[in-house]
Amino acid sequence: MTLALETIGLDKRFGGLHVTCDLALKVEAGARHALIGPNGAGKTTVINLLTGVLTPDAGRILLEGRDITALPVNRRVRAGLARTFQINQLYPELTPLETIGLAVSERLGHGADWWRRRGTRAEVNDEIARHLEHFRLTDVCDERTVTLPYGKQRLLEIAVAIACGPRVLLLDEPAAGVPESERHDILAAVASLPRDVTVLLIEHDMDLVFSFADRISVLVNGALLVEDTPERIARDPQVRAVYLGEAQDA
Amino acid sequence: MSDMTTLSPVAASTARIGRWRWQETAFWLLVVASYFLFSDRYLILTEIAWLALFALSLDLILGYAGIVSLGHAAFFGVGAYGVGLLAKHGIIEEPVLALLAAGLMAMALGFVTSFLVIRGTDLSRLMVTLGIALLLRELANRFSDITGGFDGLQGFTIAPVLGLFEFDIFGRTGFVYCTVVLFVLFLAARRLVNSPFGLSLRAIHNNRLRAEAVGIPVDRRLIAVYTVSAFYAGVAGALFTQTTALASLDVFAFERSADLLLILVIGGGGYLYGGLIGAVVFKILQEIFSSITPQYWLFWIGLVFVVIVLVGRERMRRWARVAPDFLLRRLGLSRGVGGGGSRGGEP
Repeated sequence: MTLALETIGLDKRFGGLHVTCDLALKVEAGARHALIGPNGAGKTTVINLLTGVLTPDAGRILLEGRDITALPVNRRVRAGLARTFQINQLYPELTPLETIGLAVSERLGHGADWWRRRGTRAEVNDEIARHLEHFRLTDVCDERTVTLPYGKQRLLEIAVAIACGPRVLLLDEPAAGVPESERHDILAAVASLPRDVTVLLIEHDMDLVFSFADRISVLVNGALLVEDTPERIARDPQVRAVYLGEAQDA
Repeated sequence: MSDMTTLSPVAASTARIGRWRWQETAFWLLVVASYFLFSDRYLILTEIAWLALFALSLDLILGYAGIVSLGHAAFFGVGAYGVGLLAKHGIIEEPVLALLAAGLMAMALGFVTSFLVIRGTDLSRLMVTLGIALLLRELANRFSDITGGFDGLQGFTIAPVLGLFEFDIFGRTGFVYCTVVLFVLFLAARRLVNSPFGLSLRAIHNNRLRAEAVGIPVDRRLIAVYTVSAFYAGVAGALFTQTTALASLDVFAFERSADLLLILVIGGGGYLYGGLIGAVVFKILQEIFSSITPQYWLFWIGLVFVVIVLVGRERMRRWARVAPDFLLRRLGLSRGVGGGGSRGGEP
């Protein structure tokens, strides 16, 4: 069994607050893995550690066996780790075509070309067209992103991450804030992600988690509580206690 | 037109990138026309030309990459003194070569200081750039045996351009020379911003977090464009010295950097022509206001600035689109003429 993503003894403190405690996360290649946990469990910190926004105090992060702990954000992307954001992080003044084009040409190593007119490489254009088509963004490909409906922006958020050509994709609450009418498009896009891309889903929405994931890790107070199949997680007394207990704590 | 419909949306869109538009041809034709129309005003036209190049330089970092600077005069000054010293000591006599050399000096300074500038927020960038320009000014003041101190660097002559074209007192050669340099560097900048590199600058400006998250090496791109911009500013400074045969401490002045920001705000950043148009408008306003009220012309410039910022660029662009149609209608011309005019614009 090969691991696409693994953390070993990952640890992070903010002053006196221990937000990630000796975390050992194992995500198998090709998995649809979900990371869940009550509010304040430290899910966002884990994402920031994985993507390189934060530096861990201790521990290592392996991407397909390669140690990426010391790599900066952009190098991790090129190593094959892409993400979406819980709150859209797009370029308001650029178009979907340009947004995806940037990711594609960066991945193919053309991003620093400064003397060549962009849009003149057939292989880049073809790939952009493919992504636009797949995420149903072709008809709005020339509109400025800021003018797009929220659901389309959410799709673009996922499309950009896929255009980075990741081996492992971190989906941070992809359906967050999407109105009911557009929710279906997002779920369809998530379901149709290429099978060879390993997905780690961070999500509050239990319907989405249980329909999507084949493996679930439960994070509580920065530490891994349990990791198992969705069926067993649903029955797990510990997990139930955490989710029911959350109400009592609050 | 008919084959456009068979193209895929992506192909149709990418085919439009960097295409030369009729407005651009019109702009440069006007520049050429100014040579014939204002043959008694070459000196001010020359000033506009190097000022436009200087503003273009700021546009590259501010309009495209979003790096604010209050000290762009640092590079202007290095170019200005650089070319003056080269001429004074007879190191490089030929103006075009000296221009390149001075540009490279400014570029070297740009590269070194870029590491200080790219980190941090807008505010810290303002402070660092401002500080660097002040520092250079005081250095030039301190080493007066080299720079001439407060009296400025003088007593040098600029050799004929390419050994052929002598600088004349009417400024004809100076104007043509500056305009040609401006045009060449403008074309290079146009190439740059329409490249993948140029697009990545706009991406960083729009959302640095996302740019990093698609693998763009943000710091390296910013260092690169800052260095290129310093070259442009250095060349602008060198043109200033070559056309005036003088370099004084005020090439580093804070007002020069501040005026430059003003110019880019007037013309608008991020489409390359903003700095050029801004330079023209700024100089014309300066001429008009200072002939009306020599003492208080800055008051009126300030007022124009405040109005522009308050009205907002988006609204002005809308007016600019609507105004021609409106005028045509008032003049009693059919809208067929107006509509045909705008459609005929597609080359």
